[in-house]
Amino acid sequence: MTISNTSATPIRPLAGVGNNWLRDLAGIAIILAAAVAGYFLFPNNLALLTRMIAIMLFVLSLDLVTGYCGVATLGHAALFGSGAYAAGIAAAHFGITEPLTMVAIGALGGAIAGLVSGVVILRGHGLAQLVLSIAIIHLFHEAANKASAYTGGSDGLAGISPEPILGLFAFDLWGRTAYVFGIILLVVIFFLLRILVRSPFGMLCRGIRQDPVRVSAMGASVKSTLLKMYVISGLVAGVGGGFNAVSTQVVGLDSLSFTNSAEALVMLVLGGTGTLYGALIGTIVFIGVEDLVSAANPFHWLTIVGALLIAVVLFAPKGLYGTAAAIIERYRKDGR
Amino acid sequence: MQTFFSIGVDALAYGMILFVISIGLSVTMGLMRVVNLAHGAFAMIGGYIASYAARDLGLAYGVAVILAVAGTIIIAVPLERFLYRRIYGAPELTQVLMTIGITFCVIGIANYVFGPTLKTIPLPSELQGPVDIGFRTIAAHKLFAISCGIGVAFALWYLIERTSFGVKLRASVDNTAMAAALGVRTKIVYAASFALAVGLAAFGGVIGAELLPVEPYYALRYMVTFLVVVSVGGAGSIPGALIACLLLGAIDTTGRYLVPEYGEFFFYLAVIAIVWVFPRGLMGRAK
Repeated sequence: MTISNTSATPIRPLAGVGNNWLRDLAGIAIILAAAVAGYFLFPNNLALLTRMIAIMLFVLSLDLVTGYCGVATLGHAALFGSGAYAAGIAAAHFGITEPLTMVAIGALGGAIAGLVSGVVILRGHGLAQLVLSIAIIHLFHEAANKASAYTGGSDGLAGISPEPILGLFAFDLWGRTAYVFGIILLVVIFFLLRILVRSPFGMLCRGIRQDPVRVSAMGASVKSTLLKMYVISGLVAGVGGGFNAVSTQVVGLDSLSFTNSAEALVMLVLGGTGTLYGALIGTIVFIGVEDLVSAANPFHWLTIVGALLIAVVLFAPKGLYGTAAAIIERYRKDGR
Repeated sequence: MQTFFSIGVDALAYGMILFVISIGLSVTMGLMRVVNLAHGAFAMIGGYIASYAARDLGLAYGVAVILAVAGTIIIAVPLERFLYRRIYGAPELTQVLMTIGITFCVIGIANYVFGPTLKTIPLPSELQGPVDIGFRTIAAHKLFAISCGIGVAFALWYLIERTSFGVKLRASVDNTAMAAALGVRTKIVYAASFALAVGLAAFGGVIGAELLPVEPYYALRYMVTFLVVVSVGGAGSIPGALIACLLLGAIDTTGRYLVPEYGEFFFYLAVIAIVWVFPRGLMGRAK
């Protein structure tokens, strides 16, 4: 762990290992507290909160490649949507309706999509990379649209009826089971990702974001590392997609859309790239505000998203979490 | 033979309109290295202004075109000064976010001001109806679009290869720091070529309104196509952009004629194949 600090790259020195575990536990406690608060504050809006959890998993997965590896992609919904369709098709056409199995199938589907799009997207740099990612998401979208025998095409894939989880907890009309299931999934994934980004592998990814040439001069393979991260990201996005299919019991073509990719990127940047907390906060703020504003007028919503993006780029390039963390850091330094 | 011919004409007209709109994007991207996702929004603004001038005010088509180009430039120059200038040299992600934000704002505002319906730009009587070219007839507006594309290509070639502005532009594209050291006022070159690019986008948006109809989501729908053209052609290369437009226009139109049920599937498959083989674009330069 500590070896990576000796490099000249400006990685913030890590606190002791024990301290990290404490911080993780505190983070998970905050997530759980927020989850309980959400459950009691919005008992009639649990469907929205559940959707938020699925999108959080998606934005976390985007953070892995964009925030930690520096790959700019506008096609990440390919991973999320593949997970959702994999789980949905397994349930609707092959009768696999056990929720945990469905989520696992979603993760597998997402990982395969991650491998495919990783191979394609990592071929280019800069503009070419962006264009490849856009082409990928359109290709996935068209493919799902065409394979309507399996995916239901533009009507969406319906007829997903998951069994009770572990045979004990049936999905109820108010979405309580789905909500609790989602929170558990989120906490587990979040915990695993905290371990992942602190691992030597996670450090290598950050090194690649800062200077790929130097990392390859050190003897590490840039491309295979990024591809591994893409597959991991696909697993996480697939869990999100699979969970979305389980909780909403329908998979729409919009889960594989360019707009979905772009929105996830907006959420990530709003919260702050390169920190897992940023991904969570960005999602909550974005979907929360969207729910309030789009009820009034969907086109004002688009203008607000645009203005928000410009404002974030100009005034808070580190996102909400990054800016807040920087302010707290400064305050603590002054206090000492 | 008849199908072949109509595919050819449509592909040529579509390709030329793509060229007029995206050549500006290619030049600015090669020059300022800004991934400008808002380029389509400028073409859309041009279309809206022309539609307003020609349909609601009843002005002549030529006047509407000039108003559209001038109006779009007037809107775009402050944007360059206050927003774009801050993201020159920034990482791609920042540029993408800023320009996508501008696009969203333009879509929202256009929808608020002009409503979600499709806007038409009434063509003058000379451009309506078919034109007989001896052995075949072609729709006049397609012929007009093709000749506009050829005209723009020649005018740009002349501007860039034969004028002193072109010399400064090429010098700035090749090496901005060195050009500045030699006395080229690169900021003015930036602003002028940005205005030129936006003006061309608006022009293309107006003359292409028959093929790419003007509506609020225009900016998002065709943004990808314009980016793809630049990426396939190679940023900053005029012949590259021309070849890319003709090639992609041909692939897209052929796909729509022969296998319409697959939509844009073949278009994007071709894009991936081309970018895979030429990561820097067909005529792109190594960095």
